[in-house]
Amino acid sequence: MKLIGVVKEQAGENRVAATPATVKAIIALGYEVLVEAGAGAESSFPDSAYAEAGAKIAGKADTWKADLVLKVNAPSNEEIAELADNATIVSLMTPSLRPELLESLATRGITALALDAVPRISRAQSMDVLSSMANIAGYRAVIEAAHEFGRFFTGQVTAAGKVPPAKVLVAGAGVAGLAAIGAASSLGAIVRATDPRPEVADQVKSIGGEYLPVEVEEKMQSSDGYAKATSEAYDKRAAEIYSEQASDVDIIITTALIPGRPAPKLITASDVASMKSGSVIVDMAAAQGGNVEGSVAGQKVVTSNGVTILGYTDLPGRLPAQASQLFGTNLVNLLKLLTPNKDGNLVIDFEDIVQRSVTVVQNGSITWPPPPVQVSAAPAQAKPVVAAAKVEKKMSAKLRGGLIALGTALLFLICAFAPAPLPQHFLVLTLSVVVGFYVIGKVHHALHTPLMSVTNAISGIVIVGALLQLTTPNLAVQVLAGVAVLLVSINIFGGFAVTRRMLKMFSKGGK
Amino acid sequence: MNALFDFAPEISTASYIVASLLFIMSLAGLSKHETSRGGVIYGMSGMVLALTATGLLTVSNGWGEPSAQLGLVFLLVGLVIGASIGLWRAKVVEMTGMPELIAILHSFVGLAAVFIGWNGALYDTGTPEALKGVHHAEIFIGVFIGAVTFTGSIVAYLKLSAKISSKPLMLPGKNFLNVGALVGFVALTVWYVITPELSLLIAVTVLALALGWHLVASIGGGDMPVVVSMLNSYSGWAAAAAGFLLSNDLLIVTGALVGSSGAYLSYIMCKAMNRSFISVIAGGFGIEAPSAKDEELGEYREVDAATVAELLKNATSVIITPGYGMAVAQAQYPVAELASRLRDKGVDVRFGIHPVAGRLPGHMNVLLAEAKVPYDIVDEMDEINDDFASTSVVLVIGANDTVNPAATEDPGSPIAGMPVLKVWEAENVIVFKRSMASGYAGVQNPLFFRENAAMLFGDAKERVEDILKAL
Repeated sequence: MKLIGVVKEQAGENRVAATPATVKAIIALGYEVLVEAGAGAESSFPDSAYAEAGAKIAGKADTWKADLVLKVNAPSNEEIAELADNATIVSLMTPSLRPELLESLATRGITALALDAVPRISRAQSMDVLSSMANIAGYRAVIEAAHEFGRFFTGQVTAAGKVPPAKVLVAGAGVAGLAAIGAASSLGAIVRATDPRPEVADQVKSIGGEYLPVEVEEKMQSSDGYAKATSEAYDKRAAEIYSEQASDVDIIITTALIPGRPAPKLITASDVASMKSGSVIVDMAAAQGGNVEGSVAGQKVVTSNGVTILGYTDLPGRLPAQASQLFGTNLVNLLKLLTPNKDGNLVIDFEDIVQRSVTVVQNGSITWPPPPVQVSAAPAQAKPVVAAAKVEKKMSAKLRGGLIALGTALLFLICAFAPAPLPQHFLVLTLSVVVGFYVIGKVHHALHTPLMSVTNAISGIVIVGALLQLTTPNLAVQVLAGVAVLLVSINIFGGFAVTRRMLKMFSKGGK
Repeated sequence: MNALFDFAPEISTASYIVASLLFIMSLAGLSKHETSRGGVIYGMSGMVLALTATGLLTVSNGWGEPSAQLGLVFLLVGLVIGASIGLWRAKVVEMTGMPELIAILHSFVGLAAVFIGWNGALYDTGTPEALKGVHHAEIFIGVFIGAVTFTGSIVAYLKLSAKISSKPLMLPGKNFLNVGALVGFVALTVWYVITPELSLLIAVTVLALALGWHLVASIGGGDMPVVVSMLNSYSGWAAAAAGFLLSNDLLIVTGALVGSSGAYLSYIMCKAMNRSFISVIAGGFGIEAPSAKDEELGEYREVDAATVAELLKNATSVIITPGYGMAVAQAQYPVAELASRLRDKGVDVRFGIHPVAGRLPGHMNVLLAEAKVPYDIVDEMDEINDDFASTSVVLVIGANDTVNPAATEDPGSPIAGMPVLKVWEAENVIVFKRSMASGYAGVQNPLFFRENAAMLFGDAKERVEDILKAL
C-alpha cells in the first residue's frame, strides 16, 4: 500500500490537487493519503474536512516525501529536491514547452506523470484536465469581462429607454471557447465565434452562438482532436474577419492555442485600436504568448483608447472549489486506471496509450514525446452495404409479387377443382382472414397482450369439434375428445379470465 | 325437450353465425382501451353461445344412446376440471409470467387439434366416397399444424419460464431439417390420401412434433415476442383446419380470425426488429451478420442512486424506457412509484415502449398497467421518438438492443436498420444494468460509452428503490 501526498500549491494558485470528496475515492483505491496542512484553504476545504474524509494532515516535508505526490502546477526545482527517491509525481507539466523541467525531474530518478499529456480520446475524457479546466476558464473569462465591461450583457427595453445587448466575439470554439459562448449567450449577449474547424459550427449554434466561417479553399483535417496551424490564405481572410468584428463587438474572448507552439496572434494592435472605448478583451492564451497584441500574461492592461485587455492566466483558479473538485476527479480517474487491482499499488502499463502518453519521465529517463495517437476515426464507409440492402429490397418486392400471384392462382385452382363443400369453406376462410387483418390492424400497441390472450381463448373454439366427436360410438375417440375438451376449457376459461384481469389494470391518468 | 332437440341443427347453425360475428366484434373491441372490456364480453358471449348450441347438438345426438351418455359424462367432467384449472391459473398468474401462460395455453389448443384430427381418422362419420381423399388430407393438415403448435408452445413455455436455456439450439443444417420436415409432411400426406394407414398418421404426428420442437428450440429468447404471436397464429390455423375436417364454418371463421391476427402481430414484431418473418423463424440472430468492427468504444461512467435521484429532481422531463430486464427484476412497482413521485413533483414523466421490449407483444404495457401506471403516459416508440431530444433524463431499465444507437448509425452492425428508441438524444441517459454484458443480439452497445450516458449497475428493482429512498 502506497502513501499519497497532497501538497500545498505555491502562492497565487488557489486550487488543490485533491478535495475531501476525491480523497475518499483515493482511499477506496487502497492508498493512504497525507494532506499538507492548509493545502485546501484557498479552495475553502479546511483540514478538518480532509481528516474527516480519512486523510492524515501532515507538515510540508512529510507530504513531499510520500510515494506519490499529487499537485496542480508543475513542481519548482526546490520542490523537486524535496521528493523522495523513486517517488512519483502527478501534476500539470506542459512537457512540450518545458524540456528543462523534464530534465530536472529526470536527474532525480523519479517518475513523472503529466496530467496535461492525456491524449484526446474518448476513453481518456474522464481524465482530461485540460478540458475540465478550460471549461471553467471559459466561463470565468466571460465573468471577468462582464466585471470590467461597464454595461449590461442582455438587451432590455425599459421605461427609461432601450439598452442594446452586448456583442461578444469568441475566437476559437474549443472547450474553453464553447464554455465562453454558452456563458455569454446565457447572460443575454449576441455571441459570434470563429474557429478554423468548420465542423464546430453546429456545436457553436447549439449553445447559442453564431459561427463565422472563414471561407477559403481549404479545410482543416484534425486527426488528433486539436486545432492545427493554418495556411496563409486562410490567415489573411481570418485577419479580415477579426478586423471587421473588432470595430463592431464590445467584448472579445480569445482561446486559440496550438499544442506545443506559441499561441497564434489573432488580434493586432490596430484591431484593438479600432475597438470602442470601454470594450474588453480577455486573452485566455496570454500564458502561451497571447492571441492579442499588447496583452500581458497575468495582467490587466488598459489601452490609450480605453480598451481593457485581460491577460489573466489563473482563470480556473478563480473558481477554486469547483476547479479543485474537477481537477481532483480527473486525477482520481487517472489513479483508477493506474491502480487496476485497487490495492494501493501504482502500475504503469506502457501498452496502454493513455498511460504511455501521460508518463513523461519514468525512473529517471525522459519518455516524452509519446508515439502519436490517432483518434478522429474517419467516418466508416457504409455506402456499399446500403446499396446492397436496396437491391435486396427490390428483389423481395418482386418475390412478394410472385408469391401473391402464385397464391391467388393456387386458390383459384383449388376452388375450381375441389369437390363440393371445399370451395365454400375456402370462401369463408379467405373472407375471415381478410376480416381478421382489418380488425386487428388498428389495435393499440398496449393491448397486444390482452389481444393475444383473447384470441387464444377464442381459438379454444376447437372445443366445438371435440364436442361433436364426444358422442361417437367409439371409446378411444370419446376419450381423446374428452381430454381435448378438458384441455381446451382450460384455455377458454383461463384466457378470458386473465384478459379481464389484465384489462382491469389498465387505467387512465389521474388516479 | 324433444322438440328442442329436433331443431338442434338449425339452432346451432344460427348460433354459429351470431357467435362468429360476436368474435369479430370482440377483436374489434380490443383495438382501443375504451372498448376493450366490452370486447372481452363479446368474446365470452360468443363462446357461451357456441358452446351452448354445440352442447345442445351433442346432447340431442346422444340422447338415449348408452355410448353417447359416456360422452356427456366426459363433457361435464372435462369442462368442470378444465374450467377450474383455467380460472385458477388466470387468477394466480403473475403479470411477469404472462408470456409463459399464453405459451402453455397455445399448446392446449394444438394438442386438442391433434386429438380431433386423430378422432377424424379413427372414426369416420360417413364421408362420401368422392370426398375421402380430401378428408384424409384435412386430417393430416389438422394433425400437422396442431402438433407443431403443441411442441412449439411447450418449448416456448419452457424457454420463457427459464426451465431450459433460452439460447438458440444450433443443429447443423437446421434449415435443411425444417424444409426436410415440410417435404416429408407433403409426401406423407400424398401417401396417406392414397392408402390411409394408421402408421402414416403416427409418422406424421411424430414428424410434426419434432418439427415444432426444433423450430422453436432454434429461436433465441429475444425473438420470443414473434414466436409467441406466431404460435398464436398457428393455434388459429389449427382450429381452422379442424373446421375443414368437421365441415364447421364457425371453426373456420374463428380459426382464420385468430390465425390472421397472430400473423399480423408477428408481422408488427418483425417490422420492429427490421427482420423478415422467415429469418426470425429460421432462428439464430446475427449469425451471418458482419462482425462489428473492434473499435475503441471508450470508457463508461458509473453513477450511484443518489446522483440519479438528484438528477431526476432537477429534471423537467423524464422518459423511462423499460425492457425485459425490468420484468426479470420485477421492478415495475418501484418504477411506477418513481414515476408517480416525480409526477407529483411536477416532472413530466412518460414511458417509451419499444414494440419488441419484453418477451410478449405488449408485455411492458401489461406490467406497467399492473403497477397502476396510467396508460396515457405510456407511449409507443413512434409516438415518443422525436421527443427524446427535448428530454432531460432518460432511464433505460433493463433494455439494451432496443436503445442501441448502432442500429441507426453503424450499417455494419448486426442490428443495423432496426428501429430503436433514440434515447441518446436526451440530455442525460441513465442505464440500469446488471453488468456490461451485451444484449440478446450479442452486439455491444455504444450508448453506454456516450458522454451523456452513465451506468447504474445492479438489480433494477433495488436500484430504483435506492433512488426512491434518496428522493
